[in-house]
Formats: sequence, C-alpha cells, structure tokens
Amino acid sequence: MITARLLSGRMTAWDGVFLLLLLVLAMVVPLLNLVPGQDSSFHISAYMVSVLGKYLCYALLALAIDLVWGYCGILSLGHGAFFGLGGYAMGMHLMRNIDGRGVYGHPVLPDFMVFLNWEELPWYWYGFDQFGFALLMVLLVPGALAFVLGYFAFRSRVTGVYLSIVTQAMTFALMLAFFQNDLGFGGSDGLTDFRDLFGISLTSDGMRSGLFAASAIILGLAYLGCRLIVSSKLGRVLVGVRDAESRLRFLGYRAERFKLAVWTFSAMLAGLAGALYVPQVGIINPGEFAPAKSIEAVIWVAVGGRGYLVGGPIGAVVVNAFKTFFTGNFADYWLFFLGGLFVFVTLFLPQGIFGWLRERFGSGGETRS
Amino acid sequence: MAAVSDRRRLPRILSTSLALILTLALGTAAAAAVPEDERLEPALLQQLGERNLRVVEQAVTDVAASGSPLALEVLVALRDGRLYRRDADGAILVASRVGGDVLFSDPALGTLGESLAVSEVTLIRVSNRIRRALSAAIASLSLEHEDPGVRLASARQFIDSPDAFLLETIERALAVEEVTRVRNALELARAATIATDPGQVEEARIEAVGVLAEAGTSRARRVLMSMFAEEGSDLELRRDDAVAAIDRTLARWQRAQNIWHGLSLGSVLLLAAMGLAITFGVMGVINMAHGEMIMIGAYTTFVVQGVVRSLAPALSELSLLIALPIAFLVAGAIGVLIERTVIRRLYSRPLETLLATWGISLILQQTVRTIFGASNQRVESPSWLSGSFEFGQMMITYNRLAILAFALVVLAAVILLLTRTSLGLHIRAVTQNRKMAESMGIRSDRVDMLTFGLGSGIAGIAGVALSQIANVSPNLGQSYIIDSFMVIVFGGVGNLFGTLVGAMTLGVTTQLVEPTLGSVAAKVLILVFIIIFIQFRPRGLFPQRGRAAE
Repeated sequence: MITARLLSGRMTAWDGVFLLLLLVLAMVVPLLNLVPGQDSSFHISAYMVSVLGKYLCYALLALAIDLVWGYCGILSLGHGAFFGLGGYAMGMHLMRNIDGRGVYGHPVLPDFMVFLNWEELPWYWYGFDQFGFALLMVLLVPGALAFVLGYFAFRSRVTGVYLSIVTQAMTFALMLAFFQNDLGFGGSDGLTDFRDLFGISLTSDGMRSGLFAASAIILGLAYLGCRLIVSSKLGRVLVGVRDAESRLRFLGYRAERFKLAVWTFSAMLAGLAGALYVPQVGIINPGEFAPAKSIEAVIWVAVGGRGYLVGGPIGAVVVNAFKTFFTGNFADYWLFFLGGLFVFVTLFLPQGIFGWLRERFGSGGETRS
Repeated sequence: MAAVSDRRRLPRILSTSLALILTLALGTAAAAAVPEDERLEPALLQQLGERNLRVVEQAVTDVAASGSPLALEVLVALRDGRLYRRDADGAILVASRVGGDVLFSDPALGTLGESLAVSEVTLIRVSNRIRRALSAAIASLSLEHEDPGVRLASARQFIDSPDAFLLETIERALAVEEVTRVRNALELARAATIATDPGQVEEARIEAVGVLAEAGTSRARRVLMSMFAEEGSDLELRRDDAVAAIDRTLARWQRAQNIWHGLSLGSVLLLAAMGLAITFGVMGVINMAHGEMIMIGAYTTFVVQGVVRSLAPALSELSLLIALPIAFLVAGAIGVLIERTVIRRLYSRPLETLLATWGISLILQQTVRTIFGASNQRVESPSWLSGSFEFGQMMITYNRLAILAFALVVLAAVILLLTRTSLGLHIRAVTQNRKMAESMGIRSDRVDMLTFGLGSGIAGIAGVALSQIANVSPNLGQSYIIDSFMVIVFGGVGNLFGTLVGAMTLGVTTQLVEPTLGSVAAKVLILVFIIIFIQFRPRGLFPQRGRAAE
C-alpha cells in the first residue's frame, strides 16, 4: 500500500504497460512450458524459456546502465564487470551445490581445484554453500567495487570520457585476472557443470520456468525501484548532475555523493542480473569481463533510448533477438549489423526506439532536456 | 640446376654449436669449389682409418698441418663419429645430415655429396688417445681459422669446457690474435683453463679467478662454479667472492636488459598512441576505431609486400619502406572518410562518438576478416631487420631497435609538423580555443578533417612497424587500443611530450615488474595503478593549462 501511494503520480502509462507485460510474461511463459504437451503449437520449449530468461537478465543489466547513463551522465564501459562478479558469486554457490557429485567426486573441492591439485578450499570460497550468503555477495561484491572506484573517481571529478576509460580499464583488468588459474575461479574455463539450486535440477522444466519467472519479477521490482529513484528529489538532482554538474555544485549540492549512491545501486542491479543469468545459461567465464561485452550492453541502452528507464530493457531484448537470429543464420554478418547499428543509432536515432515511439504516439514519461 | 648446386654444396655439420658456426664459414668456402692444390691427399685421408694408433695420430697432425680448408671439417667429423670408409674403394667420406637425408662427401675430391646405403660404408672409430690429439688439432685449426667468427666461437667453447691439455694452444693463439673480441674470449679461455686445472699453482689459479670475475659474464660464472677448490682454502674464498661479484654484475645487466625491453615496449605504445593523442587532444574525440587503423596499416604492409614480390622481386627487401607512405595514405583516407560521414555529425557529443567509432571498428574488423580470413597473415622481415647484436651482456634485436628509432623519428616529425607548419599552427589554435580560432578565420572543420586524417595516418604507419613484431590478424587493433588509452590518460591529453613520457613510463614499469609478478599480474597492476593515478591527476601527468582545460 505504501508503495502504491509512493508511486501514485510518479508512474506513467508506459510504466504500467511495461510492468503489466512483465507480470503476464512471468505467468504465461512458465504455463506454456509446463502445461501443453510437447506437440502442442502453444508449447514453449525449455530451451526457449532459458533464452527468454537470458534476455530478461540482459534487460536488467540495461536498466542498470540506463540509470547511470540516462539520468546521471555516467557512461560506464565496465558494467560487464559488475554483471560478471554477480555471476561468479552465484556460480560459486552452484559449484558448492555440486556437493561431491563432480567428476572427481571430492566432497568439498570443485573439480577444477582437484584438477589443479589444490589441497583445501580457499578462504574466499567459504560460506558460498549458503544461498543467503551467496545472495549477499551477489549484491555486496559489485557494490563494494563500484563504491570504491566511484568514491575516488567522483571525488576527484573524473568525468566524461575519462571515467568511461577508467571503467573500461577496470573490467579489462578483471578479465586478465580471472583468466589466471591460480586466482581460484576456474581460469579460462570459468565455473560450469552446475547441478542444482535448492536441491532442484537446473535442467528441469520447473526450475527453468521458476528462474524465468524470478527474472521477470525481479526486473519488475528493480524497474519500480529505479522509477522511485528517478522521480524523487534525488532523481531531480541526478538530472541536474547530468546536465550541469558545475552549476549544481555552486548551488551547494555535493554532486559526488548523489552520483556515488546511484552508481553503487546500479552496480548492485548489474550484479543481480549476472546472478540470475548464470543458472539459466549454465556457465560463467572471464569472457563476461571482456570490454566488448560492456560496450555491447551500452548499445542496447542507446538502441532502446536512454533516459526513460524502459528504453534499456527494450533495446536489450531487440538487439539480442537480432543477435540470436543472425548468429543462427548469417554468423558472418552479425558484426556488420551490430557495427552498423552503433553508427545508425547514434547518428539518426539519438533518442532510441522508445524516444522515437513516444514522439510518434503521444507523450508520457518525463521530458528530457 | 638449383637442385644440383644444392647437392654439390658441402653438407652441413649439425653436431655441435661450434660446428654450426664452422659450417657457415666452411659451407661458403666449399661452395666456391676447392682448388685442386688445397684438397686433401687420398692417401693421407686413408691413414685416418688405419688400425695402428701411431699412424692415425700422425695422420691427424698431418691433416691439421695440410693447410686445406677442408681439414677442420674432416677432423670434426672424425671426432663426432661422422667419418666413414667406403668399402668398395676405401675412400674416406664425411657424412652429414641435409634435411632428412644423410649425404656423403669426399674431401679428397672437393665437394661432391651423394647418398649411400649403410651397408656400403664403415664407420671409423676413434680411441681415447686419438681423441686427445684430435681435439688439440681441432682447437688450433679453429683458433687459427681466417674467419674471426669461427675463432670467437671456438674460444668460447674452450671457456665452456676448459681442458688443461689445450692451454698451450690457447696461449699460442693469444700471442698472434689481433681482433679485440676474440682476444678477450681467448684470455677468458686461458683463465678458465688455468682456474680449473688443479695442477696449476694456487697463485696462478687465484689470478685466473680474478680475470674471470672481471669478465662478469654468466659463462665465467659457470666456470667458477664448476672448478674444484679445497674447502677453506684461499682459492675457495676468492672463488666465492668472484661468484658474488659476478652475480651483482649479472643482476645489473639483467636490469639493463629489462629496461631495454621496457623502452622497446614503450616505443610500441608510443607509436600506437601518438595518433590517438592528436585526435583526442584536438577534437576531444575518443576514436575507438583507432586500433583498426593500426590493423589496416599492418594489412597494407602485407598487401604491398605481396604486390612487390610479384611485380618487382628485386625491391622486396625494401617493401617495408614502400609500405610506409601507402599505409599512411590508406589509413589517413579511411580516417578522413569516417570524419566526414560520422564524427562530423557528433561533435559536442563525445560519448556518442565513442559508441559510433566502436561500431565502425566492428565493421572494419569484419570487413578485413571477410577479405583476408580470420587467421594470421605472414609479413616477412627484410634481412636488414633480422638478427641481433650483443651490447655488453644485453641482447638487442635489430627490429626492436628499428621500431624504437622509428617511433622517435615519427614523434619528431609530428612535433615539427605541429610547430613549424601552418597546418600545425591551425591545429594548435583549434586545440587551445576553438571559438577564438574560428573567429580569427581558421576553418575549424577543415582542421578537424585533416587532424583526423593525420591521426589515422600515423596509426597506419604504426601498423607497418607493428607488423614486424605482432600477429597480423583482424584482432590486431583490439590488443593495442586499451593500452593506447592508458598512455594518453597517463600522459595527459593534447600533449605529445606527455605521450612520450607516458608510453615509456608504462613500458619500462611493465617490464620491470614482470619478472617478479608475471606478465598478467604486471598488466593488472599497471591498470590498477592508472585507475588510482587518475584519481589524483585527473588530467594526466602534463595537463593542458589555460582556458581550454575546462
């Protein structure tokens, strides 16, 4: 009830449509997977459920990027790092869940550690057998990294392209580090061969549907949270930071504090997205830290339209649907298409798909400066 | 024709490293066909296969004294068990492996090489007594060889495996040697022989240890470690001091070598980052496709090399030089095209430019992959860039040295361009204050276009240089782009001096940290260092001052 009151007057028709759509998806997709028989034309295969679930995770990542880029002017080229860290935290929990059923059958150590002749579990793997602890780490690890980086960067007023390059260096450094076998995260193979979550097999229909529904619901909740932030006074200050940071400072606002808060929150959302992604895809490896991945996520937001919240998820789903189509049919042309999309959107569609839609079909949402 | 002359060349010896170097000299000597009076007498050669040891010993001495350029090879073959007698006529043959075949050549006839079945020949064995005489003969022959390279190699071999028996030979050679490098090696060989010989008096051995310590090489260190010294003796004390002294010298040279590697890496970074520094400095534009300009430069080199090889093979040694201006023009033209069609429309939106140029980089990569394939292309190094030389105890390769020199030349050229030409003046004016420059009549859009073309062109010639040391693949640019950014951010924007200092600092630091931490950890450390550094100097080491700074 409180939430409802808080949100009244802050929501737009577009928000309603988006949230309703998520709710419908969260119920219909699992139903169509579980109820109709394999041959029914309404049946959605388990593979398809996982693919759609993956899109929703990307949508959550895009939402996180839009929050900082669209409303705060921070172009992060390193959100893949937060996504990957969240994914690794969840992956570690899933590894611990294998519980002696690995190839080597070691009661505690994951297979890759046995393979590397490790004697005992490194200290930073402790606690990950508890789901609650793993969930905490999913939020805390990306959040802490973002907080430390942001604290120093915003304090010394590192902005614009400099900040972008720093975030890119961060994810690049993480990628190099995670490729190392002796770091204890499985090296270039990453973490994989997961078995189950809460004792239920990850490959079962029920688990896949459940994960999909969880992704949709969490995306919806995160969306509500972001909407709350951007429509509050805090949101107004953020837009002020985006458009005229110096002026805001002269007015007495501590711009860096607002930026730091929303930056850290965004990193946590990205970590959550990564944590939902890993059980549905079944693997996490250092490739998630590649700078190209982070930039690709930024283009989702640009395609969907930044500064609306709903644009990021739209872009993520659209671009990834194209990607699935291209890599299945014309793999060689995917990079041409993606590259062309980057150029086309920045040149001719600066407001993205959603901005263009809104211009054509009446307004809603807030105005962008 | 070619095949025949190949077979006629004196076969190679591959048994020892000394032999390898000997061959290079002998091979060329033999290729110029041995004159009749310098060939070895068949009768003398056949004595090498006699049973009577005294006859064989005498024959070894006689062969050594014969003055034939083939004598050394015959004796080395005898020592290494590669000398055979043909059962049919008793001719003595030298066997050697050429490619997969074993070829036999007759030193009495000069240079002919033929293949024979194992059943047609008998191996000539050497007894230990002969071996002695043999190594003395080989030693004096190789130490008196006309090629200083052969003399040096053999002197070094005597440092590595000193033999008291050869001291006299070494001293004789030392008395007449005139080339300094060989003299030095001979002196060390003499010291090594004395130091390792328990038969020598202690004073002489201590003096020899001093000579070895003075040399300070790892070769001398090995000699000292292998020599026998009585426990608690004065000699042992001196020996341990000498080893410690050499260790210090070696560590110093190792550090110097690391710094050289660092400067070399720094010059690569400098080349890669220079173009970026210009465009970023002048236009505030992050060009994510910069790495692809380098890649295009490297592929231009590859194409130019292919064209030159098929049209004018005589010039193929120079194809790298021919590729330089072409790569500049190709990459520059693509840069101008990108500026005209995309970047021009995105000024005042630097973050969007970053995304658009990233898109362009994907398209360029995929284009090159479609045309040339995803695998690495081979760019040949001209002979004047291959090889290396020793400086003290550092190994310096010519191609790395050339890239360092080239990077500095390009830097100087760009600085001259910026300070001595009217285009440079315009570029600097626009960098400092775009609006003011425009109101003074400078066509800033034309300056933008030319600057972008210039930056891309420099990336193109960087690609020519990098094709010598990096894999020429569609991903070439990707591996340099982040490093280039780090250099710019570290050195400061719009300041070529900052770029130089930034590149060299990062290069040397990486190489100094690498031996202790490993290459990946070094790289991570550098990235973390830069992330921290930028917190304290957000505008780099040498920030721009004045109004343009904000």
